[in-house]
Amino acid sequence: MPSSLALTAIIGAPLLGFFMTIVWSRAAAVVASLTSMVVLVAAVFLAVSVSAHGAVLTSLGGWDAPLGIELAADGLSVMFMIVSGAIVLVVGAYAQHEFVHPGTETRSGFAFWPLMLVLLAALNGIFVSRDFFNLYVCFELLTLSAVAMVTLNGKTESITAALRYLLFALLGSILYLLGAVLLYAQFGSLDMGVIGQSVSSSGAEILAAGLMTAGLALKTALFPFHGWLPPAHSGAPPPASAMLSSLVPKASYFITIRLWFDVMPELAGNPLTLALGGLGGAAILYGSLQAIVQTRLKMVVAYSTVAQLGYLFIVFPLAGGDSAAQPWSAGAWTGGMLHALSHALAKSAMFLCAGLFIISARTDDLEALRGIAQTMPMTAFAFTLAAISLLGLPPSGGFIAKYLMLTSAFASGGWIWAFLILAGGLLAALYLYRPVRIMLSLPKQPGQPFKPISRWWQVAPLVLALGAVFLGIGSNEPYALLQIGRPVAAETGL
Amino acid sequence: MMTWASGWLIYGLTGATLIGLGLFGFASHTNLLRRILAFNVVGSGIFLVFGATGFRVPELGADAVPQALIITGIVVALSATALAVSLITRHASLSGSATLPDDDREDR
Amino acid sequence: MTAALPFLVLMTSLVPALATFWLPENQAATRNGLNLGGAILKLVLVAYMLYAVGQGAVFETRLELAPGLFLLLRIDALALLFVTLSAFLWLLTTIYAIAYFGNGPNLSRFFGFFSLCVAATTGIAFSGTLITFFLFYELLTLSTWPLVVHKQNEKSFAAGGSYLGFALPASAALLVAIIWLESVTGPIEFAAPRELSGLDAFDLRLILALFVLGLGVKAAIVPLHGWLPAAMAAPAPVSALLHAVAVVKAGAFGIVRIIYDVFGIDLVSQLGMAQPLAILASITILYGSLRALQQDDIKRRLAFSTVSQVSYIVLGAALAGPIAAIGGLAHLVHQGLMKITLFFCAGIFAERAGIEKIHHLDGVGARMPWTAFCFSLGAMGMIGIPPMAGFVSKLYLGVGALETGAGWVVFVLAGSSLLNAAYFLPLLYRMWFLPAREDLETQPPSERPLGLIVPAVVTATAALGVGLLAGAPISPLGWATLIIERDYLP
Repeated sequence: MPSSLALTAIIGAPLLGFFMTIVWSRAAAVVASLTSMVVLVAAVFLAVSVSAHGAVLTSLGGWDAPLGIELAADGLSVMFMIVSGAIVLVVGAYAQHEFVHPGTETRSGFAFWPLMLVLLAALNGIFVSRDFFNLYVCFELLTLSAVAMVTLNGKTESITAALRYLLFALLGSILYLLGAVLLYAQFGSLDMGVIGQSVSSSGAEILAAGLMTAGLALKTALFPFHGWLPPAHSGAPPPASAMLSSLVPKASYFITIRLWFDVMPELAGNPLTLALGGLGGAAILYGSLQAIVQTRLKMVVAYSTVAQLGYLFIVFPLAGGDSAAQPWSAGAWTGGMLHALSHALAKSAMFLCAGLFIISARTDDLEALRGIAQTMPMTAFAFTLAAISLLGLPPSGGFIAKYLMLTSAFASGGWIWAFLILAGGLLAALYLYRPVRIMLSLPKQPGQPFKPISRWWQVAPLVLALGAVFLGIGSNEPYALLQIGRPVAAETGL
Repeated sequence: MMTWASGWLIYGLTGATLIGLGLFGFASHTNLLRRILAFNVVGSGIFLVFGATGFRVPELGADAVPQALIITGIVVALSATALAVSLITRHASLSGSATLPDDDREDR
Repeated sequence: MTAALPFLVLMTSLVPALATFWLPENQAATRNGLNLGGAILKLVLVAYMLYAVGQGAVFETRLELAPGLFLLLRIDALALLFVTLSAFLWLLTTIYAIAYFGNGPNLSRFFGFFSLCVAATTGIAFSGTLITFFLFYELLTLSTWPLVVHKQNEKSFAAGGSYLGFALPASAALLVAIIWLESVTGPIEFAAPRELSGLDAFDLRLILALFVLGLGVKAAIVPLHGWLPAAMAAPAPVSALLHAVAVVKAGAFGIVRIIYDVFGIDLVSQLGMAQPLAILASITILYGSLRALQQDDIKRRLAFSTVSQVSYIVLGAALAGPIAAIGGLAHLVHQGLMKITLFFCAGIFAERAGIEKIHHLDGVGARMPWTAFCFSLGAMGMIGIPPMAGFVSKLYLGVGALETGAGWVVFVLAGSSLLNAAYFLPLLYRMWFLPAREDLETQPPSERPLGLIVPAVVTATAALGVGLLAGAPISPLGWATLIIERDYLP
């Protein structure tokens, strides 16, 4: 029973915390931190349980599907839950400094904590749902809280960015919902298991899955639907950006993975996987080139997200379609998931670094950050570590991910994918070298233009960046965990 | 028997028409409020289609699951609309415009 | 104990590196104690391993990173050749660097990356699989960059940018080569070479070319050498380490590993790749020497000299004969000892007397006798004057070339020696035979503190010693002979 309790807690605890932070707003920061700690502990407990006994499943209130709501956790779910729980915990600790100032109460300080907890509940809901409608509800909740987070500082640009984000997201929701309705018309159920057993590759199913994928791609900011992402992610307060950029697009990507790898792998033909992979490749190139020409640090980091999300879609041609039955499929799929996780850690670290720089320098104009490493060596180091993971250099998690994907690309003769993966790494070196170099340069005029920042505050991004590195050094456990509950015959890959 | 089938068809077709109209509106308008209205039109269309799928297996009578889900869906759509409208009014009072800035549109 | 030994040796550098990062700037004693202690401990372990491996022992540490992805640290005779050099020079360079920087800024950062760089070199030497090699090779790239840009001025950032601009595409090439090869054969361990001859010859040639491309940047093979002279913007101890032990040697060592332990020298010859590689190395040898001749800056002249000298190692490996291979491997150590002496001395000239250009060296011999003497020993070794270390390498390379029927190499060696003489002898002439500038007369520069001059004297003596005692079994030449005869001859 405890594992069903843990499954309930990872959604229930943040929802409960959400109400408490609203009612008891003075202690919101403490409540939020405690809640995210509970969630992380529950997620780790689930991980232990899943690795010992395989996937776990529970029905809320004892009602089975189709009427009741079933929650299930496999290796993929628990890995995503642990990483997002850890990120929310660290970001929450960071945000204590940003939003909690004795004597002053701001609107953003009040709204941030409940939004953070709703976001966490929605994320976990997505990771454990087995039903397309529950998924829809969870990711609407996720979108609405994410959009609200973008508006926290109340500036015109942020409102505009949030509105653009919302419009894209609503369109995405509609397409997804339409697809889900078509699936219901076909199968009389929205349960993943039921649908997965009776897929027949009819035209209606292909249409439904296509509509859902299009909606999810909109929300994942897959090229060419990425336009909303950079302004929204760079306009939010840094702790919000950290969660928006690292976790929110991963949620819709997670559903896409569930849809094509768990529910209807038979439907994933080569045209679809090639199209998704092609868009992913275009995202890598376009996002990287845009990141190179940006002049603000947060914009560089946001465009880098566009590029890095592209890698996630290269998984489809490498592990889906005709490749699904091949021995390299498991490696490519696992590589993609590890990339999603290490990108989440590295990217949240980068946004928190950017946040600290903004507080210290009062701007994130790249040129104005010249020499900031002298004032904040730890933050500059954390940024560099995160950059190493994004570049895919060893021994980071990004390296193991790219290594697995490259191995599959070569095994399958997918030269073009190998080229895109490598080119993305080199382009990332170009757009990340510039900020690092500027930070480390000596300031133009002597004197101290930067406000010093407490060392403890600087620990937060460093913890996340180290997490991205340790995901590579200790990738054996995550690798094994990710294989649990994979529907496709689990090969050892490699 | 005919009534079951024709009911299914009428609701389904109406829903599909609404979806088409709504999507057209969503894409062609720049006024934010109109786009949100269009979104709600699409939503209604989808719910109609969804409701119609309740007649899928006539022998079993009306399926209750779509009705439950439609209600949930309406609540979700309502919350999204509420957030959107509040953002639109905020945007309008800050920028004095009911549309998103055009220069940003090219960004897309 | 024996299973953990490679790991322990790695830790003697890695632990001081990681600990140093966290030390406050003013704790110089702790910092120095930590790094020197690590270096001494490492030397002790190396001495034990030299004995044990000489008796035929092999040490292995194996860690699994991801399924099928092993971190394998393995100590064989070839690894030990490289590690002995790096451990010995790490200790001396640390002493030198402590004296060189004095109370300069950012020293915790410097020594942290410095020791990390040595740890990466150790890891490269110990690598038992291709992917382990790649991991440490990249760690080396990353840990060297902060050393190159240590001064944080525009010039050093330009040098650092150029370094990464060469090194990162090269690592992409290396990664492609590794994954491409392993996607066909499965994971490759150096100790258990795969049978590659069944593969498509064209693919194999391409893979080998990618390997050479990936490793050639660090080994500074023409035309991939551009970053090396630019990297002279780094402080003298960094240049010393870069040129003698860490970066260029890692590239050369990697090429030797690939040729001998992955492909096998017979397959490389069958593929028709050995001779082009020998020609490429010869071009590099001559080109580097020619460019060195044109430089007026002492450190730049030394840098181009490195470009030239490191290719002797590649040449030795590419000639496909045992005697040439022994010469190449011995040169790995010989060149390290000689070149680090030269850089130590160049650093003392620049730091103590402000001498950076060659024409400022006039008459410095009488004013800075120890430095000038060590520099002269290093330079004569480079030229290959008997019985210095450089002579031994060149002799073996020449005999080895004749043995394999590549007589043209003798002319390359002779030409290179003439060029070596042409770019080093004028320096010696200026130092010892020309009258000194006036300011040198009035204010004789000091060669103190001892931490600067003693390492130079030690390495100069060592460079002389390994030549004089080349016949001893524990000399670099003797060890190289053991490697080739025991591990690589059928």
